[in-house]
Amino acid sequence: MALRTIITKRTLAGALGFRQQHRSVQTFSLPDLPYDYGALEPAITGEIMQLHHQKHHQTYITNYNKALEQLHEAITKGDTPTVAKLQSAIKFNGGGHINHSVFWKNLAPVRDGGGEPPKGSLGSAIDIHFGSIEAVIQNMNAEGAALQGSGWVWLGMDKELKRLVIEITSNQDPLVIKGPNLVPLLGIDVWEHAYYLQYKNVKPDYLKNIWKVMNWKYASEVYEKECR
Amino acid sequence: MAATPSATLPSTFLPCPGFRESCRTLNWRTHKKQLVRKAGAVKVRAKFELEPPPYPMNALEPHMSRTTFEYHWGKHHRAYVDNLNKQIVGTELDDLTLEDIILVTYNRGDLLPPFNNAAQAWNHQFFWESMKPGGGGKPSGELLELINRDFGSFEAFVKEFKTAAATQFGSGWAWLAYKANRLDVGNASNPHPSDEDKKLVIVKTANAVNPLVWDYSPLLTIDVWEHAYHLDFRSRRAEYISIFMEKLVSWEAVSSRLEAAKAQAAEREKEEERKRREEEEEYQAGDEVREMYVESTDSEAE
Repeated sequence: MALRTIITKRTLAGALGFRQQHRSVQTFSLPDLPYDYGALEPAITGEIMQLHHQKHHQTYITNYNKALEQLHEAITKGDTPTVAKLQSAIKFNGGGHINHSVFWKNLAPVRDGGGEPPKGSLGSAIDIHFGSIEAVIQNMNAEGAALQGSGWVWLGMDKELKRLVIEITSNQDPLVIKGPNLVPLLGIDVWEHAYYLQYKNVKPDYLKNIWKVMNWKYASEVYEKECR
Repeated sequence: MAATPSATLPSTFLPCPGFRESCRTLNWRTHKKQLVRKAGAVKVRAKFELEPPPYPMNALEPHMSRTTFEYHWGKHHRAYVDNLNKQIVGTELDDLTLEDIILVTYNRGDLLPPFNNAAQAWNHQFFWESMKPGGGGKPSGELLELINRDFGSFEAFVKEFKTAAATQFGSGWAWLAYKANRLDVGNASNPHPSDEDKKLVIVKTANAVNPLVWDYSPLLTIDVWEHAYHLDFRSRRAEYISIFMEKLVSWEAVSSRLEAAKAQAAEREKEEERKRREEEEEYQAGDEVREMYVESTDSEAE
């Protein structure tokens, strides 16, 4: 009898909109870089790394948090037009947060193994799927150079099919937009802010040099984890 | 971007008659034949040229630096023009005006390779001419009247334009354009046009797209690709947009473009009216012929 009363009370409370516990929206914060801003020089200057991290990535996070807050409110109120309207801001800023969070991890200073080609299962998989690391680099650089506007080039894996893919996404679309089972192993940001201060309009030079600080160790870790 | 000239483009993407006025009059094969006849055995066509901005490269400082111009005009714009020339040489696009190349390669949204270079070449030229040293301030005359009519006030217009420019995710452009008596559906023509239909609109476009593809007349643009402001403003796009509005916009250029757009709209209306009348007359003439035919059959039958 008492039990039934309790359950009824809680249900009633919920129906009237009283929330015993405030279901707050999770807010996101800027992840630390695993290295100093200048640690990727000369491939990428410290100036770019600092601006990219502290301004661009932070802005995506700030706007993502704001959009999530607004979305939470709109959902609670049942305000469908606003829910629909917020989707692009969420995709753009959320995507920006995801992409850059991966990016900082898939770069590494030379002294920490940046640029060292992968060994182990990822290395073999690359040889099987693409023939060689050089082929991957050439392919990704060609895609990156040809991309008009803003976007990313990815080496990813399909975790269901256990297959490697090279994909581009536009603007801040995360790789998962291209396939729900795709997991990013390496990303190259080809938005102009990623290289312009140093390389200006010569995007191909940026693409050539970024491989010197590519963190294949991270890619291998992700690959091995998804392969299990 | 591949620099090799493309193979002759198939003519299957020639827009269907009636799709849009400007394309209806576009008949490449006729045009090409005329050219060949005029020039004799050798058909010579001048390549597109990179024109300098209508002011020295340091003229917009401190609001837009000379260094920015050296790269933005000297490298980016130049590359669009050079690559376009390489892409169209020896193809059917080679005879066309830049605007026509843009319309054709837009291909109703299924962009053909030369679109990016063609549209960006056009966009940047339009952009340089949208600015002037000592620019900014307020428009006047008819332009201001239309702005007040269609946006409520100049301040409201500025707010909407800035918002469009700031919220274009990724690369692209924001535009003020003149939309002449078209319904709000891209491929529909208003059968009962009135002066109220001729509106100023603000649109934002991604990457290389511009409002020519929707048959609008662009009046003003701001480039919001990062290369346009990164050297001077880093990530502060909003600041760049404000400076553009306050210090750089050439309202004279916008006004004269508006005049041209209105004149073109009036021309088109006259042309459409003329065609309508012609078709009516033809139809009526057809009626007479039918009547005559019926009469003669009757007389024969007798």
